[in-house]
Amino acid sequence: MAKSEAEILEGLAAIVAEETGLDAAEVQSAKSFTDDLDIDSLSMMTIVTLAEEEFDVRIPDEDVKDLVTVGDAVKYIEGAQS
Amino acid sequence: MTAVVVTGLGATTPLGGDVPSTWEGALAGKSGVRTLENDWAEKYDMPVNFAGQLAVQPSEVLSRPETKRMDPSAQMAIVATREAWADAGSPEVDPERLGSIVSSGIGGVWTLLSAWDTVKEKGANRVLPLTVPMLMPNSPTAYVSLEIGARAGAHAPVSACASGAEAIGMAYEMIRSGRADVVVAGGTEAAIHPLPISAFAAMQALSKRNDDPAGASRPYDTSRDGFVLGEGSGVLVLESEEHAKARGARIYGRVLGVGMTSDSHHIAAPDPEGAGQTKAMQYALENADVAVKDVCHVNAHATSTPVGDMIEARGIRGVLGSHADQVLISATKSMTGHLLGGAGALESVFTILALDKRTAPPTINVDNPDPELELDLVRGTPRPLPAEGQLAAINNSFGFGGHNVALVFASN
Repeated sequence: MAKSEAEILEGLAAIVAEETGLDAAEVQSAKSFTDDLDIDSLSMMTIVTLAEEEFDVRIPDEDVKDLVTVGDAVKYIEGAQS
Repeated sequence: MTAVVVTGLGATTPLGGDVPSTWEGALAGKSGVRTLENDWAEKYDMPVNFAGQLAVQPSEVLSRPETKRMDPSAQMAIVATREAWADAGSPEVDPERLGSIVSSGIGGVWTLLSAWDTVKEKGANRVLPLTVPMLMPNSPTAYVSLEIGARAGAHAPVSACASGAEAIGMAYEMIRSGRADVVVAGGTEAAIHPLPISAFAAMQALSKRNDDPAGASRPYDTSRDGFVLGEGSGVLVLESEEHAKARGARIYGRVLGVGMTSDSHHIAAPDPEGAGQTKAMQYALENADVAVKDVCHVNAHATSTPVGDMIEARGIRGVLGSHADQVLISATKSMTGHLLGGAGALESVFTILALDKRTAPPTINVDNPDPELELDLVRGTPRPLPAEGQLAAINNSFGFGGHNVALVFASN
């Protein structure tokens, strides 16, 4: 069953927290992965790979560069589910 | 010529999560070898179900992201490095004059094999992007260089069970040649995994004493039947004497020399004559400018294999001659198991402490010494080294492939 935007944000925040050690509460929609959360490209690819598995979606490598903020990723995953 | 001193020690081992607990366990003659708490033996029909497992898991001291980004072999090296670096007083060192040489004999075997499981079970797209930097055998030394900010070079010599000793020998040479003032050197291994255990067992290299794990590693005992796999890391901070003195560092001891040879005899079996091992010890003493009569202690490689132990013992006797009667021999793998790439480094920590504390750690489980053993083996309980004067000791490490490394240390 497709997950809601809030559920995706919660799940993605948990993945980011596990990968980076950040508090999950800091992983908010408006935050930029690189500028605000200080996530490097390898960590970003790790988060994407884990998110693909968690939400059962495919996020092609060429689309990852468009995922600037946490909100971008949430919207992308929401759209990719259906 | 630049003198090289030891100013910091770190370890995580089957005897303890740091150097003080490991040394205390060794002096008490404890065994760190236990039955594996998993179903591998049953599930995979493995002939060996015990090993020298870490007393403190890295996950208990590292952050969650750190344990996710590093293979267990690198995690252990980082735990030992943090202790050694703090022990050395967290020195301010010009990054261009600071190096790291931390070896693993096997590399990131857990990462490699779990990533292969992922490919088989979930497909190539599920393999995590950090897999390569986790499995590469230079990963521990690279993470150590990041940890301390080393830019003079990060190296990882690989020579199976001699790797850790080779790392220390190379670190000594790196400082003597003027490339660095301070080098964090050591070895690490995290190979208690069904595959390496099965593979070592297939070589008939491992003890199969499943009903008595703590008694399984018994170097020089007549009933020894193979080595016991161990895991962990040992790390030393090596420093030029000038640099150490200028910052008022506490000095544990000195690295006086290294001897390295190769057998060119067989890919896994040692040369029965032990010619390469003997030469490594002789070269190390020459390199150190230490006379045989000044050696008071040897931390032997002595893995508890039927053939290997006595080849080395005859070699030690050959090098030391009649002076061997005055030399205390310790085989600490009897307590820790064999840390493979970590062994030479952990045993260097033991050797430095033995000289500093003037106490040779014991060899346990030697109920009936091999009748051919013509050495003064420290059995059961520690024994004092000479109370006066500067002391010198040898630490031997030999690896599959015919790698022989002997290090000579001295008290300060």
